[in-house]
Amino acid sequence: MTDQPLLELDKLSTHFVTARGTRVVKAVDEVSLTLRAGETLGVVGESGSGKTTLALSIMRLLPTAARIVGGGLRFAGEDLLAKSPSEMRHIRGKRIAMILQDPMASLNPLFTVGDQVAEPVRVHEHTGRRGARERARSLLKAVKIPAPEQRLREYPHQMSGGMRQRIVGAIAMSCEPRVLIADEPTTSLDVTIQAQYLKLLRDLQKEHGLALIFITHNLGIVARMCDSVAVMYAGRVIEAGPVRTIFNAPVHPYTQALIESIPRLGGGPSRLTAIDGQPPDLASLPPGCSFQPRCPRAFDRCREEAPGAITITPGHDARCWLAVK
Amino acid sequence: MSVSTAAPSPAPAVGLPWVSRLAAIRTEGFPTIPIVILLVLVFTAAFAEFIAPHNPEVGSLSQRFKPPAWVAGGSAQHWLGTDHIGRDVLSRLIFGARVSMIVGFTAVIFAGVLGTALGILSGYFGGWVDQVIMRITDTWLALPALTFAIFLAAIVGPSEWNIVIILGAVYWTRYARVIRGEVLSIKERDFVRLAIVAGCSKTKIMRQHVLPNVLNSAIVLATLMLGVVIVTEAALSFLGVGVPPPKPAWGLMLADGKKGLMAGYWWLTVFPGVCIVLMVLSANLLGDWLRVKLDPQLRQL
Amino acid sequence: MTLLEAHDLTKHFPLRRGLFSKALGAVRAVDGVSFTIEPGRTLGVVGESGCGKSTTAKLVLKLEEPTGGEIRFDGQSLQSLDADGIRRYRKSVQAVFQDPYASLSPRMRVGSIIAEPLVTNEKLAKGEAKKRVAHLLERVGLPERAADLFPHEFSGGQRQRIAIARALALSPRLVVLDEPVSALDVSIRAQILNLLVDLQRDLGLAYLFIAHDLAAVAHMSHAIAVMYLGKIVEYGPAKTVAADPKHPYTQALFAAALPAHPDEKRDEIILTGEVPSPINPPAGCHFHPRCPHVMPRCSTEVPPLGVALGREVACHLYGGAP
Repeated sequence: MTDQPLLELDKLSTHFVTARGTRVVKAVDEVSLTLRAGETLGVVGESGSGKTTLALSIMRLLPTAARIVGGGLRFAGEDLLAKSPSEMRHIRGKRIAMILQDPMASLNPLFTVGDQVAEPVRVHEHTGRRGARERARSLLKAVKIPAPEQRLREYPHQMSGGMRQRIVGAIAMSCEPRVLIADEPTTSLDVTIQAQYLKLLRDLQKEHGLALIFITHNLGIVARMCDSVAVMYAGRVIEAGPVRTIFNAPVHPYTQALIESIPRLGGGPSRLTAIDGQPPDLASLPPGCSFQPRCPRAFDRCREEAPGAITITPGHDARCWLAVK
Repeated sequence: MSVSTAAPSPAPAVGLPWVSRLAAIRTEGFPTIPIVILLVLVFTAAFAEFIAPHNPEVGSLSQRFKPPAWVAGGSAQHWLGTDHIGRDVLSRLIFGARVSMIVGFTAVIFAGVLGTALGILSGYFGGWVDQVIMRITDTWLALPALTFAIFLAAIVGPSEWNIVIILGAVYWTRYARVIRGEVLSIKERDFVRLAIVAGCSKTKIMRQHVLPNVLNSAIVLATLMLGVVIVTEAALSFLGVGVPPPKPAWGLMLADGKKGLMAGYWWLTVFPGVCIVLMVLSANLLGDWLRVKLDPQLRQL
Repeated sequence: MTLLEAHDLTKHFPLRRGLFSKALGAVRAVDGVSFTIEPGRTLGVVGESGCGKSTTAKLVLKLEEPTGGEIRFDGQSLQSLDADGIRRYRKSVQAVFQDPYASLSPRMRVGSIIAEPLVTNEKLAKGEAKKRVAHLLERVGLPERAADLFPHEFSGGQRQRIAIARALALSPRLVVLDEPVSALDVSIRAQILNLLVDLQRDLGLAYLFIAHDLAAVAHMSHAIAVMYLGKIVEYGPAKTVAADPKHPYTQALFAAALPAHPDEKRDEIILTGEVPSPINPPAGCHFHPRCPHVMPRCSTEVPPLGVALGREVACHLYGGAP
């Protein structure tokens, strides 16, 4: 594994502009991240935090109302923002792959599983039909789908949710990408199926040296799967660092509250720590730090100035004035 | 996690702003012109007596087939000319608006109320009630609307009220179908289940929870049906089984005017035709806009 | 005295082809389930898709009628209730469902939504209803002026509070909570769970808490029932079941539950296969095809729910007396 990061985001910003141009929503606001081969990065956030927009920004698959307005995006040393649409097409699916939350929406109900799994191989590597079919079969085997030969001829609706999500995984892995972005892939799955699927992802990662970005609102997945974490709130990364550091010594009150609000299986306080208030409306953010209206420890500076990324220890940053108090 | 030290490259414009602007016009464009047209028509219909220069039903034979005022031979007395009996076209158009409006609106409301009620009952009760109502609807729908209307008109005889009832009877099925579909999905939703848990009776649920949620669709359907109903009424009048003469109706004017086309009396058909087109088009555009406006899923960010 | 008892509760949905043909088989959604709910206590029901927990909720709420077995509330069987009895039952048993966006009628104001059970059941004067609504809103932590607004003006967590306020309107004794926080953001879940705990303490409410999130269930419940394909496989006091699950399925569920810390140890029990469909459940013990401890008799004999080690388990590993 080289020391050079595989994926680098440097103050990347993506804004949504409403049709009349009157409102600007800063869905992703100066996000900086690095990802190395074999590493798993967890991006944690709730609805409206910007995590999905971040994923789409990396893939450059943004809807027409959104644009990357600033910052840098480099993959294996290459500048992704300078790529033409046809160059990006060669990167997407082949070198950076993505899996989404709802497998039924990711799969075309009118085509067989075999056709869909073979498609990226045929598009990117120009393999013939028979070769692609053989690849599809071995891919299904790799994601542990039983009776793969038979499955190739079936349609998505004939399979269970867990199996569909595996097929989506097979499609994503088909061209052996270096980076896999998984956006809430297990949210719609049953608990035991989720456990199977997470194990599958871990095995695939070990086998292929894959770098994985796992986008989720579930800190438990982060605890189990990730090497490092970035916590997003209102479009910004408010805390980032190695997973143990974040869980043991979180600095930002939002991170602390998130960790404490999860009910623990092995007993724990009878009253969970709750965060007051509601998630922010990105179209009308409060002045200063976007978390300050809900922060139990906010003080004057928080209301006036939005904090920049402050280094706590090397590798652990937080956007919080408490870090410099 | 360290901040990258690579120099940021200039951000290119990603995304196409003109596409999103076009989309916005389509969904946000307030239909001013259609609404103005419809309002003008309503106003004309309401105050026909005060606006129309002449009596629409009485003409003088010495004035027959006069062309519109701007054509040679026309006069300012009859802006849009006269018909084969010497009746003023403009006045007939104005009073005809009243007929079309009244017939159109009333028929649409009648069809709407009947169709919505049956759709709700059918969708909510399900079972044999649903089967019976739907089979009737299917049979009804299988009959071509115009033929059916003519058939009914031939039986009950033409009169303004009969036409309203006939149009209502022919077109309620469109509502029933659509509303029933919506009710089927509404009835599975949690708030209906919770209303049952709260102890509400079936009638109360249909009235309080189901009806308000299908009202949007019913209204949109009504504006779209307005066009259809008016065209049907015009067709019935054209065929002679609609509003009976000498009452002016645009369709009837078309029928009468048809005879004069070969002789070059174009104003007898063009003006009523334009009026029909304007009214139907405006109603359709309004309905289209309403449909988008009232559908929460299509509302913008 | 027990508030609610279910004995051998069964609900089969017949499968038919077309309108007039014979039944092809049945979906055995709930298959001989027995449990009790004590006043002021929470019974947590946990399980994955197809286990029958939502159908059980509907049976308790009398939204469906059982095909077998019975439910007794305050000692009286639900089947034998007349119209008056059903009305009284509905006043005592209310519900909060999963989707905060579908639970509230979009065209009614919040005040009317909360007042609806009151108005339907108690014929209150308008002023009186308004007062009660204001009181309920305060109880769930919403401002009084919320009554004049429409549901779409509120966030998911706030809507769930409105749903809870409505459930409390008739002062019920049991509230069925069907995945009440699953659709909410993580930071809001704790708010709602805390609110539910407070309400239970202040009002003496009993809860039937249904969820797939084991940790939330374990946190909230006094007793836990684990369901698999229509049957209860383990049932006992929450602390006992959560601390030391005995049924292999419960163990797998707990192992699959995500840790709260990276260093938290979990046994790695990864089940093979899919969650089977309730249309054609496996013979014998429904769980045997996926069970890591399967024995020959598991594929032929259905294990009865028997007492073992302080709780009830349906597993041949523990040959307890039923």
